[in-house]
Amino acid sequence: MTSEVTPAAGRGTVRRLAGALHTRPRLRLALLLTAPLLWLTVLYLGSLTVLFISAFWTTNSFTSQVVKVWSTDNFHALFTTPVFRQVILRSVGVALAVTALCAVLAFPVAFYTARVARPKWRPVLVVAILTPLWASYLVKVYAWRLILSEGGLADWMLNPLGLSGPGFGLTATVLTLTYLWLPYMILPVHTALEQLPATLLDASADLGAKAGRTFRSVVLPMVLPSLAAGSVFTFSLSLGDYITVQIVGGKTQLIGNVVYSNIELNLPMAAALGTVPVVVIVLYLLAIRRTGALSSL
Amino acid sequence: MHLSRTARIALRAGAALGFAVIYVPLLLVLLNSFNPDRSASWPPPGLTLRWWSAAMDNSGARDALWVSVKAGLGATTIALVLGTLIAFAVARHRFFGRGTVSFVVVLPIALPGIVTGIALNSAFGTVLAPLGVGLGLFTVIVGHATFCIVVVFNNVVARLRRTAASYEEAAMDLGATTFRAFADVTFPLVRSALLAGALLAFALSFDEIVVTTFTAGPGIETLPIWIFDNMTRPQQAPVVNVVAAVLVLLSVVPIYVAQRLSADTATSSRV
Repeated sequence: MTSEVTPAAGRGTVRRLAGALHTRPRLRLALLLTAPLLWLTVLYLGSLTVLFISAFWTTNSFTSQVVKVWSTDNFHALFTTPVFRQVILRSVGVALAVTALCAVLAFPVAFYTARVARPKWRPVLVVAILTPLWASYLVKVYAWRLILSEGGLADWMLNPLGLSGPGFGLTATVLTLTYLWLPYMILPVHTALEQLPATLLDASADLGAKAGRTFRSVVLPMVLPSLAAGSVFTFSLSLGDYITVQIVGGKTQLIGNVVYSNIELNLPMAAALGTVPVVVIVLYLLAIRRTGALSSL
Repeated sequence: MHLSRTARIALRAGAALGFAVIYVPLLLVLLNSFNPDRSASWPPPGLTLRWWSAAMDNSGARDALWVSVKAGLGATTIALVLGTLIAFAVARHRFFGRGTVSFVVVLPIALPGIVTGIALNSAFGTVLAPLGVGLGLFTVIVGHATFCIVVVFNNVVARLRRTAASYEEAAMDLGATTFRAFADVTFPLVRSALLAGALLAFALSFDEIVVTTFTAGPGIETLPIWIFDNMTRPQQAPVVNVVAAVLVLLSVVPIYVAQRLSADTATSSRV
């Protein structure tokens, strides 16, 4: 910057600049925040705002051109068209099922790594669980495509029992999404179980509670906020997904797919549909805020 | 907690099942890349290295890998600068709307990717297209940077909260300028958090498919897009198997290194 100036004078300028910054915290703050806030508000929030406004526009059905006239037709269609209602309910159902499955699978694993395994093995086990789970999203979906394809691993395991694998469809979608979002559930539950004071468990046992009772009355209430925290991710990530559904879902349609298929033909409708997961997620966040889960996110 | 023998065995079995669920799919992908057969039927009839050499020669996959690396480096650079700036503002200053700023940083990743994707797509279309800038690698980098900011921010802000500002004040009491104090005191303290954040941001960008779909111009194909396009083509199946296997091995490296770099790393690749 100051290569043209003599070193001494250059240093003087730097010193003056530093002094100015030091005595003016507001200026420092402004310099820190300007670029990132411009990026996030103008580029990102600006784009989002335009998208949500466009949900109130319509499309000329002959030319597919967007007509910029304010109307609530899209939202009206959303609530009155049976297909849309079905898709919304199915998507919420899938998200809830994935969340429940994640919780059921995560709990024994987290309980084992946090409390049952020998202490010196615990950190190793956590790495062993979580590292592979951060593998590429697409590869994990692909893995399930291999398992569930005709004559794949699922069929091979189930055929001797006289059964066959679920194939591609709703079940496959739920299984794959569960696998994808499992780490988001294991991690908070493991942390909560690890921090559970052993003295509380001893006290419960001293008072005569068996393991089952201790679990219900001591462990579960204390782990519930972190289960809820994990569920934010499993729920919202499932609700917006459409790639997994395209790969293993067969003919299944979820919100994401319907948004995707409307983008070219009817952007305002796609935008209106896109507000549905956003609203559902905000409602979900408000509902679980009571558990104190959000502060442990 | 005094568990009965039965409960202990049940928990061991449950945990073992959990481990199996975690590992079997990924091992299957690795094994399947050596499958001589084009179909994914189980068990594979034998093992071969043929597809690995075929994949090396596949120019589509190689080009896509190169595009992914360029997009990842670009997005990481932008996210590193912007994420660090916000982290310093939030951790070292008190100001009106501080909570809102932290919230806005998380938003691009908290909302469904398809919402972020179409929002950016229509914004680029209406603002950039009249300026003669079409969708391309540049718009992919801009899109990725937007949701990568949060991982850099999370890592740096966690580190800054654990290091008191008094170190910098002490340096300045000893006569260091603001810049000098930053270079000699603050930067070394946050260096590993920056590196961890950068690695996670790169991993996040490298793995992203939804936002890429909506921000990439024609001819810009990242590796996830390439895999997605070729996954259902029987002709390409063996090469997809190999690329997937390579990704299993590669994608965990940055996460592992980032975990080692800083104990307070936001471990999740998304949040």
